[in-house]
Amino acid sequence: MTQQAKLQTPRARVSHLGSAKSGTLQAWRMRLTAFALLPLTLAFVIILLSLAGRDFESARALIGSPCPAILMILFVVAGAWHMMMGMQAIIEDYVHHEHAKQLALMGNFCFSAVVGLAAVYAVLRISFT
Amino acid sequence: MAEPSQVPLEQRRPLSPHLQIYRWSPTMAASIAHRATGGALYAGTILLAFYLLGLAGGAHSYAAVSGIFGSFFGQLILFGYTFALMLHVMGGIRHALWDAGYGFDPEQRDRLAWGSGIVAAVLTVLIWIAVFILR
Repeated sequence: MTQQAKLQTPRARVSHLGSAKSGTLQAWRMRLTAFALLPLTLAFVIILLSLAGRDFESARALIGSPCPAILMILFVVAGAWHMMMGMQAIIEDYVHHEHAKQLALMGNFCFSAVVGLAAVYAVLRISFT
Repeated sequence: MAEPSQVPLEQRRPLSPHLQIYRWSPTMAASIAHRATGGALYAGTILLAFYLLGLAGGAHSYAAVSGIFGSFFGQLILFGYTFALMLHVMGGIRHALWDAGYGFDPEQRDRLAWGSGIVAAVLTVLIWIAVFILR
């Protein structure tokens, strides 16, 4: 133990390291989204296969109809959330410089949010116009 | 990690050997493939958003997106995306089995690792056969 660590109170040594009660939340959410994505990926593949050979109008009609649209939005939301947590695990494993890590985590959140919301916006626009 | 440590050598904590020390095993390859395909799918989600935005934008933008995805290079990337998706899904099922406590025997875990790759390859080929039949 270093000199500084010895002079710190036990409270100071653990503050800002996160709550002991929330440690498994990330792991739980990873499993939750993974299990949700199993049927949603199947639906996603079926929707993409149904798109094969369609022209613009009929592709739009398919994606814009309620069931494919809802399944597609669910797939995108669960997928974007899942991939954000997955990339966070990768960043925390490999990026050790504190500032670089924080910037990478922010970039990860922004990328996932932008890609996910852009896809949801597109499906909604197809559905309602 | 490359920067020199301030701590004297004799006081440093022992480090576990890293990847290049170990002989490759099926489970190790499957684990690395799971993370690699996860990273590939992370970037590949742009393709989905790009396609949907093209479809939302109108006939003109849809023609442009279809042209890119319909090209040889576009099809190659979509084929790679399909395999990455299938391998990651199979990896997820493998992890779910392990999380539930099944398949830890040396034989079973190697069979799960090989099996997830084989099933993913078969599913990818089946999906693309279906694509070529349907269009």
